[in-house]
Amino acid sequence: MTIIVVVAVILVVIAGSQLLKIAELRALSKGELIYEVSEKEGKQSGLLMLGFFAAFMAFFAWQMWSWYGLKLPVSASAHGVDTDWLTGATYAVITPVFILTNGLLFFFCFKYSYSSTRKATFFSHSNKLEMIWTIAPSLVLTVLILMGLSNWNKIMTPIADEDDRVLIELTGQQFTWTARYAGADKKLGRSHVTLIEGVNATGVDATDDNAKDDKLVKGEFHLPVGMPVQFVFRSLDAIHSAYMPHFRSQMNCVPGITTQFNFVPTKTTEEMRKITNNDEFNYVLLCNKICGAAHYNMQMDIVVESQEDYDKWLAEQKTFVE
Amino acid sequence: MSTHHHHAKDFLFTYIFSTDHKMISKQFLVTGFLMGFIGLIMSTLFRLQLGWPGESFEMIELLMGSWQEDGVMAPDKYLSLVTMHGTIMVFFLLTAGLSGTFSNLLIPLQIGARDMASGFLNMLSYWFFFISSVVMLCSLFVEGGAASAGWTIYPPLSALPQAIPGSGAGMTLWLVSMSIFIVSSLLGSLNYIVTILNMRTKGMSMTRLPLTIWAFLLTAILGVLSFPVLLSAALLLVFDRSFGTSFYLSDIYIGGQVLEHSGGSPILFEHLFWFLGHPEVYIVLLPALGITSEIISTMTRKPIFGYRAMIGSMMAIGFLSFIVWGHHMFLTGMNPFLGSVFTFTTLLIAIPSAVKVFNYLTTLWKGNIVFTPATMFSVGLVSTFISGGVTGLILGNSALDINVHDTYFVVGHFHIVMGLSAIFGMFAGVYHWFPKLFGRMMNNKLGNIHFWITICCAYGVFFPMHFLGFAGVPRRYYTNSEFPMFDNMIDINVFISVCAILAMIGQLVFFFNFVYSAFRGPKAPMNPWKGNTLEWTSPVEHFHGNWYGEIPAVYRWPYDYSKVNANGEYVYGEDFIPQTTPLGDDEKDGGEH
Repeated sequence: MTIIVVVAVILVVIAGSQLLKIAELRALSKGELIYEVSEKEGKQSGLLMLGFFAAFMAFFAWQMWSWYGLKLPVSASAHGVDTDWLTGATYAVITPVFILTNGLLFFFCFKYSYSSTRKATFFSHSNKLEMIWTIAPSLVLTVLILMGLSNWNKIMTPIADEDDRVLIELTGQQFTWTARYAGADKKLGRSHVTLIEGVNATGVDATDDNAKDDKLVKGEFHLPVGMPVQFVFRSLDAIHSAYMPHFRSQMNCVPGITTQFNFVPTKTTEEMRKITNNDEFNYVLLCNKICGAAHYNMQMDIVVESQEDYDKWLAEQKTFVE
Repeated sequence: MSTHHHHAKDFLFTYIFSTDHKMISKQFLVTGFLMGFIGLIMSTLFRLQLGWPGESFEMIELLMGSWQEDGVMAPDKYLSLVTMHGTIMVFFLLTAGLSGTFSNLLIPLQIGARDMASGFLNMLSYWFFFISSVVMLCSLFVEGGAASAGWTIYPPLSALPQAIPGSGAGMTLWLVSMSIFIVSSLLGSLNYIVTILNMRTKGMSMTRLPLTIWAFLLTAILGVLSFPVLLSAALLLVFDRSFGTSFYLSDIYIGGQVLEHSGGSPILFEHLFWFLGHPEVYIVLLPALGITSEIISTMTRKPIFGYRAMIGSMMAIGFLSFIVWGHHMFLTGMNPFLGSVFTFTTLLIAIPSAVKVFNYLTTLWKGNIVFTPATMFSVGLVSTFISGGVTGLILGNSALDINVHDTYFVVGHFHIVMGLSAIFGMFAGVYHWFPKLFGRMMNNKLGNIHFWITICCAYGVFFPMHFLGFAGVPRRYYTNSEFPMFDNMIDINVFISVCAILAMIGQLVFFFNFVYSAFRGPKAPMNPWKGNTLEWTSPVEHFHGNWYGEIPAVYRWPYDYSKVNANGEYVYGEDFIPQTTPLGDDEKDGGEH
């Protein structure tokens, strides 16, 4: 098999070389040079450029039609609605720019392909035009930047009110997640890698009073709907990234430091199952920073439920001292 | 006997240890393309896995040898391939291959110099590059496999062999290879800067330089300022890996053991890496933009529109590229205030980029466009620069980045705006300056076929990735099959993989054309494209020194195409006026009427 392929490739190369030589000699015999682009060939290329643009746009439309529906469902967090809106607004700006500039590019290629009877216009600069296309993008960008920054600052501000939040520490390690709830005192106890032993998978400091009612959870973790959730992230080995796409939430977990993110879940798992028409839908936490061979399968399910169900579930979990 | 010896010596110093910039340029080109071809094959291999996860392929078995004897790719080998693909394409093909080839070829020829300021350093630059390529390829064969922590090699993953097998000997060789590579890059860049600043021919003022030279100059400055930072990052990583220091490591528990490293931070590495990493994007892109500017102007038979604005925008891009690195790090836990700052600076880059695009469009407007393969690839570059550039407004905005960071949206974005644009620029340059490189012409028809296959398949590969990104599919996943939410994505992945395989086959057309034309192509005339710049005044045959007799003097800027007098006739009877033509009495320079 391999030999047949090799022989075939060699034959194709030889045939190709001979054909090129013949084409060159044929052109020479007609008094032409093979590397010169004739006016006819130029027009064909110009037409192809226009055809390509049409095909490109058709391809774009086809993709929107077949794949746009695969996008993430409506945001399940409060800030995510703003994120999605601003994303949409940015698309409303860039999609026309993308189509128009590409369109002009390929249209000019078609319209101005070489003709021996026409002269190109000697037009070397215009300060007015340069000003227009410096200022116009600047104005649009100013708006986008300002909206982005106000959004960003809102998302990144930690929740200060300790009584009115759920505090959860998520710890990543190859290739699993552990969630730790702050417990009744709403405070997480100290932790350090040197204290990791047996079931104490994240190194919680048992001598710290704040740690005694902390709850370690694996496999899946629960969130109450409508309540602000303050996450603290740690990693025990490589850098991980806690990505919760349905909540438009992501933050790296970096060994040696803690990082934070917060959001308000707005839709329970049940509600989302109805929205997506999928009885098996689950919110998921996945790792989104390359962290080792099994990086592609480092996940934890998230359940969003009513406050009562959440309280019931949390009460069933064992505290750290237990 | 002695003549034979003499010939051997001639051969050695003409083809191997040459100090002639034209030969060194060819050496960079051939080595860069070989590395690029290897990178391309790697991408095909992992696209097989992504399109048809877990299936056995003869091609995988054949090419990966004892790593994958059953033809099914293992997760850590997948990561090795992704890592090496990125490293090879970004550094070996698009940095050394692109800059090395065209800076070397064009700087002396276009500014009117007999060679680089230091031919010897130039030769060293190539040989360091060659050695680093060899070391990088050797790392594919060591125990544990090649580096597999991603091309960004973030520690602790890259620092700890316990974390992934590729972080053993493979990573050591990666670091050695890149250190040698950086030396090569620095020697080259210093040479380019010195040559451009000091060795321009009579009359060649900075405002008469072709835009290619401006692009190479700014690229070299970026390289000199940023590559040493990567070298220091790599050296500190070597210390952490081999000598027990803790620059990047702290509080690590792995394989059931607590490591003694304490007090370091991986975020330090990320800062150092991206301080190179972002300017690197423009180190890759600026030469391609310079090449395109030159080709578009020559082939539309029009002056480039806004010569000074083009230089200004390249300078702005170059400057801004040093203060935007943090947009790769919005979600590392860096202070959110810094996130705001980097969002601001990042989005500013859109302004000079937009200026460039509109200037290209205006150059094409009312031109008389001659469609050589070089023209087409230049047009392709403008298209990919637009299509990939606009999505930068999503990624550069920290609030929006949260949800697409490290997804396939990013993969689509940077492959189009940086990968495709740069490689299109490189192809355009090869087709355009092939007569200068090899004294022969490439075949246009094959070039056209190559272009159409490449642009169609390239968009076919990278455009659908945005839709994967909308769905939240992370990059660098060996397979998406562990998540029910990604089950519907398999169609997109098959589509992408088919396009990728076709794109690879399309490149064979180019390689055939390249090799055939280099040896058997029709002999090139001195100025096949009727260009104005100085390289077209140098004889077709190569010899050290570039011009017989005096170096020609320069009297005008390089873009006097289709210049007409008051009667609407070409000023000198032709639609181009070489830079060596003295200005007429009533003529003004620099595109002024």
